[in-house]
Amino acid sequence: MSRTILKIACASLIASAAIAAHHAAGATDAAPASPQKKPYTVKDGKVDINTYHGYLYYGDQCMRCHGPDGAGSSYAPNLTESLKVMTKEQVENTIINGRKHVDSSNEKVMPAFGTNEDVVENMDNIYNYLLARSDGALGRGHPEHLDP
Amino acid sequence: MNSKKSVLAMSACMLAGSAVLGSAPSLANEELSKLSKDPSQWVMPLGNYSSQRYSELTQINTKTAKSLHPVWTFSTGVLRGHEGGPLVIGDMMYVSTPFPNTVFALSLKDAGKIAWKYEPKQDANVIPVMCCDTVNRGVSYTPDNGGMIFLHQADTSLVALDAKTGKVVWNIKDGDPGKGETGTSAPLVVKDKVLIGISGGEFGMRGRLTAYNIKDGSKAWIAYSEGTDSELKFDPQKTTVMGQPVGADSSLKTWKGDQYKNGGGATWGWISYDPSLNMIYYGSGNPGTWNPTQRPGDNKWSMTVFARDADTGEAKWVYQMTPHDQWDYDGINEMILADVPVHGKSTKALVHFDRNGFAYVLDRVNGKLLEAEKYDPAVNWASKIDMASGRPVLVDQFGPGAQGADHNTKNVCPAALGSKDEQPASYSPKNHMFFVPTNHVCMDYEPFKVSYTAGQPYVGATLSMYPPQGQNNLGNFIAYDVNQGKIAWSDPETFSVWSGALATAGDVVAYGTLDGNLKVVDQKTGKLLYKFKTPSGIIGNINTYTYGGKQYLAVLSGVGGWAGIGMAAGLSEDNAGLGAVGAYKQLSNYTQLGGVLTVFGLSN
Ligand code: HEC
Repeated sequence: MSRTILKIACASLIASAAIAAHHAAGATDAAPASPQKKPYTVKDGKVDINTYHGYLYYGDQCMRCHGPDGAGSSYAPNLTESLKVMTKEQVENTIINGRKHVDSSNEKVMPAFGTNEDVVENMDNIYNYLLARSDGALGRGHPEHLDP
Repeated sequence: MNSKKSVLAMSACMLAGSAVLGSAPSLANEELSKLSKDPSQWVMPLGNYSSQRYSELTQINTKTAKSLHPVWTFSTGVLRGHEGGPLVIGDMMYVSTPFPNTVFALSLKDAGKIAWKYEPKQDANVIPVMCCDTVNRGVSYTPDNGGMIFLHQADTSLVALDAKTGKVVWNIKDGDPGKGETGTSAPLVVKDKVLIGISGGEFGMRGRLTAYNIKDGSKAWIAYSEGTDSELKFDPQKTTVMGQPVGADSSLKTWKGDQYKNGGGATWGWISYDPSLNMIYYGSGNPGTWNPTQRPGDNKWSMTVFARDADTGEAKWVYQMTPHDQWDYDGINEMILADVPVHGKSTKALVHFDRNGFAYVLDRVNGKLLEAEKYDPAVNWASKIDMASGRPVLVDQFGPGAQGADHNTKNVCPAALGSKDEQPASYSPKNHMFFVPTNHVCMDYEPFKVSYTAGQPYVGATLSMYPPQGQNNLGNFIAYDVNQGKIAWSDPETFSVWSGALATAGDVVAYGTLDGNLKVVDQKTGKLLYKFKTPSGIIGNINTYTYGGKQYLAVLSGVGGWAGIGMAAGLSEDNAGLGAVGAYKQLSNYTQLGGVLTVFGLSN
């Protein structure tokens, strides 16, 4: 599992390197967007209102497993690390369909949120919040938001 | 709703029923009561019916504690957070694990050789509907049928096992994980029944306590935390609050419409029993959702101490500690029954260190409030408890509901974890002192609107946590004196103290720390006498017993639970200049997962 993620990550890194070097037009669906195109805004530690909603719904739905601020817990992975290697599609797939890792020494289940309105409606926001955390653009704790 | 007549008829039947039972006390109950008085065994999750977690044993004492050392260990093979603790009956120790909820019978004759093992098959889909990790707080024992062990599984199955062989005697299902109902609490055996609560307060379930007949697992009675008087098993005239009748519809009146049906009030904590009054005591948890503006009213009877008749389940008295909760201060912590001086007057007391940071002392006969003081000076959401009404005097600045939805209320103490969570305190009848493992954590809390979907979280708030301003210890282990309503001493701890304490007649008290140390301290001063770093963080409860004439301490380590989730990665940024102290310390730098039982003994 982790190996395929790594592979995809490497592929996208290579792809983005390629974009940077050659402004290749065909590779626009590669995950890491160029800095100006970040889907979130962080100014003086304040975030745009959508990212702020991402923070709220992360706290509501994900924190009980992934710990405060996406930082990981004794139960579930540190998402600020995961987002460095996962594409948006992979993250969304994981959120919608969940994931099971249950064997003789693991009892890890990531629930499927596909029927959870609050999560589905805020999936972009949650992703943007986690990405801001993962990029190091946003620190820990409760952020303030910019005027909507 | 029921007509008055049918309610009356029903309660008449219940009275008749209880008269019959009352006249023929079960032999098993007397046997179990007797066993619980034998300090060489540990036959109930909290040591005895009074939930005192106290032992008369004296070999391990202030002089000898320094020669303690591990004598044998046992890996449970499960990684998740290990709450609860082992039972010891005769020459057998019984240990249960988090999901998959394996039960081991370990032979004390052979330093923990496995006599039998029971591993239930459960649908793994229950895992993600458990609020915070997959904990289990221990099994219970009854001498019936030559000895049976009761396991309360994650999927809410209650299983009776033959204590000698581990064979299933009966197996029933109490709730529906599809609706977010799960099992984490330890059962309690009272007479011919076994009682269990239910978890799922974050999933819009409705809390209840259920009594099953030991004989065959059939349901004896069920009592809800919210609902109609008959669902609550309330008699509007006879059930009292603060010494007055509760009156009709005491719960329904405090909810908007039928919100009470998803009202929470889970009963995931501990149950105590007073045989002389024939009353059981337990608490209910948070109302759903965590967004207070979405559920106007007092939301009774969430956040409540219940005193019920042990045979019929009928409520004798109730007391709601946190009406209209705005902070997730579940009222489920253990109810310690102690005959203790309160303001100099000998009292049949119920002492309860609530999540909300107040230590409540109630008259356990009639439920009257005698004392309510802060047991962590950081507590700020209420200035005090008004003794006439029993209600907290709120400080609006720290009320997320008062501030309204979509507003971030800052610096609220304690955090949602409470000044103490499920980790049970200990009481020494020798010096009337309470020894309390506490959290010292504050929070920002922002509630917002959420919708209810069966089996999905029903939370509606986000929070961030940190230590009280200017401090960096996230926990304290304290001695508390209810006679004066004061902290006697307080030992700061780097992390929350999330382990059940054990006081003994040897004048020592033992507890575990999240970074994995078993500590033994002097009851008088809190001075450290012994410590040992176990393989993982301790969120389990310590017990003691003798075998072959020697006293032992036993504890499960295995970090996890809410504590492991909140603190694994530290609570806040390791900012430049602040360095690796206090909240900036990551628990994951100290300890890793893994369930291990460690048994300590003395050198000869
Ligand atoms: C009940 C606990 C639980 C909840 C709630 C939960 N997760 Fe997870 N999540 C997990 C576990 C456990 C894993 C790891 C599964 C595995 O080991 O394969 C995981 C994995 C993930 C991954 C993949 C990480 C990686 O490195 O592979 C992502 C992304 C993720 N979760 C996002 C979320 C988001 C976003 C939410 C909230 C909407 C959420 N999770 C809520 C338990 C949870």
